[in-house]
Amino acid sequence: MRPFTYERAADVGEAVKRAAETPGARFIAGGTNLLDLMKLHIETPTHLIDVGRLPLSQIEPTAEGGLRIGAMASNSQVAGEETVKRRYPVLARAILAGGSQQLRNKASVGGNLLQRTRCAYFYDTTKPCNKRRPGSGCGALEGLNRNSAILGQSTACIATHPSDMAVALAALNAVVETALPDGTAGRLPVLDLHRLPGDTPHIETALAPDELITAVVLPPPPEGGQVYRKARDRASYAGGLASVAVVGGRIALGAVAHKPWRAEKAEAALAAGAAPAEAMAAELAEARDNGRNGFKIALTARLGAAALAEASGSTP
Amino acid sequence: MSSVADYALPNPIHENRSGLIGKPVDRYEGPLKVTGTAAYAYEVVPPSPPAYGVMTPAAIARGRVVAVETAEAEASPGVHLVWSHLNAPRQAPRGTKVHPRSTGVSKPVFDSDRVTYFGQSVAFVLADTLENATAAAALVKVSYEAEPIEVVLAQNVGRAEQPPGEEDVEIGDFERGFSEAPVQLDQSWTTPLQNHCQMEPCATTAWWEGPRRCVVHTSVQMVKPAQHGLAETLGLDRDDVHLMTRYIGGGFGGKGQTYEDLVLAALASRELGRPVKVAFTRQQMFHATIHRPATIQRVRLGADKDGRLTALSLMTTTHCERDGDFTEHASNFCRSLYAAPNRLTGHRLVRLDLPHAGAMRAPGEASGMLSLECAMDELAERLGLDPVELRIRNEPEVDPETGKPFSLRQLVRCMKEGAQMFGWDRRNPRPRQTREGRWWVGMGMAAAIRGNFLLPAKASFSVDRDGVITVRQGMTDIGTGSYTVLAQIAAETMGVPLEQVRVEIGDSELPPAPGSGGQFGAATAGSAALAAGMNLRKAIAELAVSDPGSPLHGGDPAKVQFQDGGVALENRAESLASLIARAAPDGLTVEGDSRPAADARNWSQHTYGAHFCEVGVEADTGEVRVRRMLGVFGAGRIINWKTARSQLTGGMIWGVGSALTEANSPDPRYGSLIGQDLAQYLAPVQLDIGELDAIMLDEVDDKANPMGIKGVGELGISGAGAAVANAIYNACGVRVRDYPITPDKLIAGGL
Repeated sequence: MRPFTYERAADVGEAVKRAAETPGARFIAGGTNLLDLMKLHIETPTHLIDVGRLPLSQIEPTAEGGLRIGAMASNSQVAGEETVKRRYPVLARAILAGGSQQLRNKASVGGNLLQRTRCAYFYDTTKPCNKRRPGSGCGALEGLNRNSAILGQSTACIATHPSDMAVALAALNAVVETALPDGTAGRLPVLDLHRLPGDTPHIETALAPDELITAVVLPPPPEGGQVYRKARDRASYAGGLASVAVVGGRIALGAVAHKPWRAEKAEAALAAGAAPAEAMAAELAEARDNGRNGFKIALTARLGAAALAEASGSTP
Repeated sequence: MSSVADYALPNPIHENRSGLIGKPVDRYEGPLKVTGTAAYAYEVVPPSPPAYGVMTPAAIARGRVVAVETAEAEASPGVHLVWSHLNAPRQAPRGTKVHPRSTGVSKPVFDSDRVTYFGQSVAFVLADTLENATAAAALVKVSYEAEPIEVVLAQNVGRAEQPPGEEDVEIGDFERGFSEAPVQLDQSWTTPLQNHCQMEPCATTAWWEGPRRCVVHTSVQMVKPAQHGLAETLGLDRDDVHLMTRYIGGGFGGKGQTYEDLVLAALASRELGRPVKVAFTRQQMFHATIHRPATIQRVRLGADKDGRLTALSLMTTTHCERDGDFTEHASNFCRSLYAAPNRLTGHRLVRLDLPHAGAMRAPGEASGMLSLECAMDELAERLGLDPVELRIRNEPEVDPETGKPFSLRQLVRCMKEGAQMFGWDRRNPRPRQTREGRWWVGMGMAAAIRGNFLLPAKASFSVDRDGVITVRQGMTDIGTGSYTVLAQIAAETMGVPLEQVRVEIGDSELPPAPGSGGQFGAATAGSAALAAGMNLRKAIAELAVSDPGSPLHGGDPAKVQFQDGGVALENRAESLASLIARAAPDGLTVEGDSRPAADARNWSQHTYGAHFCEVGVEADTGEVRVRRMLGVFGAGRIINWKTARSQLTGGMIWGVGSALTEANSPDPRYGSLIGQDLAQYLAPVQLDIGELDAIMLDEVDDKANPMGIKGVGELGISGAGAAVANAIYNACGVRVRDYPITPDKLIAGGL
């Protein structure tokens, strides 16, 4: 690990102010991803601002009939919260499908959204990776990329976003609230938080470097069933090969793209009366594989159709 | 030299008067481990504050180091020294063996500019803290001249050669037998490269006692080769290396040898004049230590209409490093498994620019049984026979290749009892018939076989004035239960309660034993312990009858009984503590040794088992989950029901991993393995394993050793993955012959 300095922020205002005035600073909350990356010299911050003890772990109803989840609430806390389990079961199930119990106890909601890809070429610092070292190339593109992206990828990056929780949030039309150094608050849909890789896969979100996620706001849940399904090589503590969140007529896909993927074409097809399999086929018509990950297209289609059928109550 | 006939003579283990043999005794060192107070090699507290060493791995797979820039690393905070092949201390040339009886040879570090595998250690940084050493190691700039590489087995089978010194083994005329068989099966299977993934990475803490004596705590399965190898490397007398390995966090064959951490810690400690700790990182372990190589296996079975095999062949192609000769003997096991008059087995070896291939839990069987035991399943289906019945029809009466009698073979009993306990009769032989919700459900089975071995070993037994018995032996416990079974053997032999026994192992200054490997540990170490115990009984008996103060005085020493923590003769008795305190206040210590009987090789000797497995295959995704698994094993007398069962179930779980997830792949461009941590290299987790049990038959193999025990460490994995694969086929009707059986392959197979 490279030497770095550390401070514990007293409040949100100070946290973002210190981030703005300290070059090379990073926020740290649970640290379940950042510390691993620092040990491997993939992330080399010179200064850490610990936001993990800021009073941002409240989960409370909103005036609009939704739920505001503080960014520092632990993943376990959210998944176990009664309102979440009752009104947003897709979110509870998605969270429980991610990581391990130990990780979920430590990981924060904000950190979960900002975790970085598990692409093996990102982790091996002897390999080219445009995300880790912009301009160095993509080691995965012609590599052992069985679990790389099938939607929205570029020749610069075929990595996927690893979060399960974010997939559910994308289907729930959640909104991210942030704090900025000038004292203002930002709001953006979770769907706009993450970016597609394009030519700049190292820029992963729409946040400014000194912008802090303070909460995630869920609108009231829409009518209809909620389902989260994840296919993976191992029953626990394994990233998805594909995942699907269904919330009423809304569908989001995970482990298939550089960001949680809202399946708008499938939603439109469904609304027009298509069967689940047809809807998924519509969404995946533009999916591309690179020789090793082609099965993910078929897997996503099958998983999506099964999840849609389950959400509509047509399977046990 | 003894004869196998002597093994059946009465002895305290056979008599088992206090009933300790076989009991599920808790681990001797368990409280230390669960309280975090068992000091593993890296955690040993040295006599003075240590420095910390970190290795820099090569970023190419083949070529030459042309430059090493160390200035930045040397100027980094806390750094004591930076070494590479340009400035490493002088060591004995590779392979040196000055002492004729050394069991290890010199393994110098940084003795060449050559890089022969990705991740090979090419530089070393020593600093005041682990963090400073790690930071500095990343600042060492190594420049290479890379050479073209070949790392993928399937792309290089054209270069396959006969392994050195080996020939194919043919009995009868295989090709003719196969071509004339009315039913033929000819299929190929592939198994991937696997990594050991021990919980404890390889690590060493070293210090010096004066200029000529080196003390090391390291994590290694075999004590003497490690001690001798370090002495040869450093040019020391062997006795001047004191090597200890008291607790080992998993070995599985991967710690059957030492790595750079050992020599670097010793050299750096000598250079700095301070204790030094060196460990590999989790990521480094995947390349820097050995792996189980990939295989391509071709199975050909010829049978008559009744299912009797007339021809049997398993040919394996595998790989090792460019200048190596390790061969994964995946074909050998079937030489003793099924009867067939015409037989052909052999191996081909491809040298690749990969890290070193080597032994991993049940080398040979673990890979080989994944093919043959699935081929038997396919043949059974072809013949319309139950897979258990097909195996019974091919049960040999004597070893099918050597004609030697079996020492004890209860494979059929394992299969029959297992089938009954598991509810095998409820299996629908037609695949893809049982559906529960989203899951296809099916059952599969496979046989298990793994050789049994006994090696020479020594041990010492002491009794002190408190009557405490201490067993001392250069044995190791890699998590298997060596401490515990030695304590049980000692307690039963000396007639004392377990609380009155101490066990000291993992130390080069103790009477040597071969260590842990090849599932020979308990039999080998235990037989020597029994011999030493019998010698101590004799010494104590003679002491008692010749001591005027003893109530046994004047009696016949041959008739002295050892029971209840004391000695007894007819109605006269005295506690060990009382006798020793009075008659030998400094205690008594005796040695004993054991070696295989002269006629031991007259029998074909193996351990056996049968695996039964029920899986669910998710109909949409192809995810496979084990629902139930049962293994029934015949492995001689069981000394400790709990630790033996734990080893067997651990092996079965590894078999599940082999069937479903455990694999690593070399990137053909870089020669590196894609999986470099435990999130990418997927060993099973709790949720992958449903209901799992292992049953051990109540048996004694009186041709094995004086205790009638055999090994269990490698039996559990043998065949286990094939049972899973067969269950998958029965569940969903898709045969995947390319392990591991992942969702993509099942979907491609038509799930």
